[in-house]
Amino acid sequence: MAELTYRDAVARGIAQEMRRDDRVVLIGEDIAGAGGVFKTTVGLLDEFGPKRVIDTPIAEQAILGAAMGAAMTGLRPVAEIMFSDFFAVCWDIVVNQIAKTRYMTNGQVTLPLVVKTGNGGALRFGAQHSQSVENWAMAIPGVKVVTPSTPQDVVGLMAAAIRDDDPVLFFEHKGLYASKADVPDGDIVDSLGTAKVRREGSDATILALGLMVPRALEAAESLARNGIEAEVIDVRSLVPLDARTILGSVAKTGRLFTVEENPRLLGWGAEIAAIAVDECFWDLDGPVQRITTPHIPLPAADSLEDLVIPSAELVATTVEKALQS
Amino acid sequence: MRLPLSEHRYGEHEAVLPPPAQDRHDGADIDRDTRLRMYRKLQEMRQLEKRAYDLFMRQLVKGTSHLSLGMEAIAAGFGAAMRADDYTFATYRGHAHTLARGVGMTPLLAELLGRANGLMGGKGGSMHLTSVEHGMMGSYAIIGAHLTIANGAAWSAQYRESGQVAVCFFGDGTTNIGAFHEALNYAAVFRLPIVFVCENNLYMEYTPIADITAVPRPAADRATAYRLEPIVADGNDADDVYLTALSVLDRARRGDGPSLVEAVTYRHGGHSRADPGKYRPEPEVQAWKAYDPVTLYRNRLLRLGVQKAELDVIDKDVTDAVDLATEEAIAGELPPPASAFTEVWADGGSSWRN
Repeated sequence: MAELTYRDAVARGIAQEMRRDDRVVLIGEDIAGAGGVFKTTVGLLDEFGPKRVIDTPIAEQAILGAAMGAAMTGLRPVAEIMFSDFFAVCWDIVVNQIAKTRYMTNGQVTLPLVVKTGNGGALRFGAQHSQSVENWAMAIPGVKVVTPSTPQDVVGLMAAAIRDDDPVLFFEHKGLYASKADVPDGDIVDSLGTAKVRREGSDATILALGLMVPRALEAAESLARNGIEAEVIDVRSLVPLDARTILGSVAKTGRLFTVEENPRLLGWGAEIAAIAVDECFWDLDGPVQRITTPHIPLPAADSLEDLVIPSAELVATTVEKALQS
Repeated sequence: MRLPLSEHRYGEHEAVLPPPAQDRHDGADIDRDTRLRMYRKLQEMRQLEKRAYDLFMRQLVKGTSHLSLGMEAIAAGFGAAMRADDYTFATYRGHAHTLARGVGMTPLLAELLGRANGLMGGKGGSMHLTSVEHGMMGSYAIIGAHLTIANGAAWSAQYRESGQVAVCFFGDGTTNIGAFHEALNYAAVFRLPIVFVCENNLYMEYTPIADITAVPRPAADRATAYRLEPIVADGNDADDVYLTALSVLDRARRGDGPSLVEAVTYRHGGHSRADPGKYRPEPEVQAWKAYDPVTLYRNRLLRLGVQKAELDVIDKDVTDAVDLATEEAIAGELPPPASAFTEVWADGGSSWRN
């Protein structure tokens, strides 16, 4: 057991898999010599050499296309898209190519690849470098979508994503890179499609993802001081979705809240709210409530960004108010 | 001097004519068997494509399709030069390239008809023909994307030291999209074993390529930007394509990196089923139809002493095969409804939740 940052956990997860499987290769902008602009790939070039850890041009279509073509011909590439906002310049490769080729070819093509990317706000990078776009990804049949919130989950889910035979979009939260936690020694392999109950409670279920997980936990502590016991679930994987864990919790608590960093419309919580209303309406004691960033681009100024991304206080007051009414 | 698009009327631009002579490669060092093989492929591509058109007219093929009529020599020439385990990446105009790799006519036609015995069980259709076991790694229908994907296959071959080469075919219109330039630079930087083949049929869909491209030769004139040789091939002469292909495939296999070939050709028909191709000057259409890749090659073989009867037998064999494939495709079952829900994921299913 040793303390590890979320950012170092990324490199540890990739290194763990590169050691056991020489088909695993890594490409991206500044990921080799520089160890990544967010330092999530430090040490990998030294350990695995330039044949397996490759700096690319700024050419996101070329990067994802290379990953796809390599995956369909025997490698298991990990590609980095530096900021998830940049998916907008290579979304064709994700949406039209990576997500659909297995289906269109009736299973002739298998695409074991991972696209890792820095997602989310809190670093004051403004509207084009702070977006939470996991809901874009979730909308496309054919890609798996993972968002870890702790260093241990980063290692384990990265390993699971690399071992998975389907394309996985791996959303690292930029606002969590500096966070630290104890991580067990040795290999860690987690399971895709599993949510985790981070805090048990009987009064309300709060779903969160990425940076919103620690904020939801902080909110739950403050609610507990007022006698409300909230259950906090780290959704971790949007596709596949662990609906069983989520609905099981709602059956127990009777209330459901989602805490989403994405802008309001069609955020991931909207789909889960719809599932809950469809499938456990009679377990609900009140309306499902979504706590999201408003439907605006993210402002750069720290004071404004803090105002619009859901905070622990906003989560606590929303839940408390809802339960009192 | 060619006028810019804004200065001539739609369909009244200057005609671009094919080369005057057809006997340039009569003396090329290509053995008789290879030439007969290419001739048979040309016939297969021509006759199958015509049949695909007929089946459209009979409303048995739905949606759209993009025919290679007039452009067969590129697929035939490269197909004959490639190694069995090389990779082909084609576009939505990919029927000929699929045949070039040895894929059967029945699964191909059945796929166009949306039948269970189709190459992909009816789930891909005309624009996405794929047969991995034949090295036909897919037909891609979003302009530009597959150049980057072909790079990945070439990278994998390089990484595995397999000696395979990826050959990526695309149209002249592709040379103006960003992915083309990303892919060329990427391939050059990493010296990937890949051959990019621009099938320049002079028209980007309905618009003359010369009118919307800053250089006269859309692919070749971009080559030097990536430290590649500008290579132009006669895309209607299978021998010219074959000889060019041997040379660039060899270069890639030697580890000397990518090549960019511009094969100049002409579509006999419009861009797709919806397009009668009326924007093309009639003298241009007639000149290119007279410079037809199939008759050009047949005449060469006759000049080289192949008996007409032998060629007639090939033609008849191919007609019989196309007829049989048509029957088998039409007789094919509709895909089972459950197949709409398979093969989203590697486990064979489509489930996204528990």
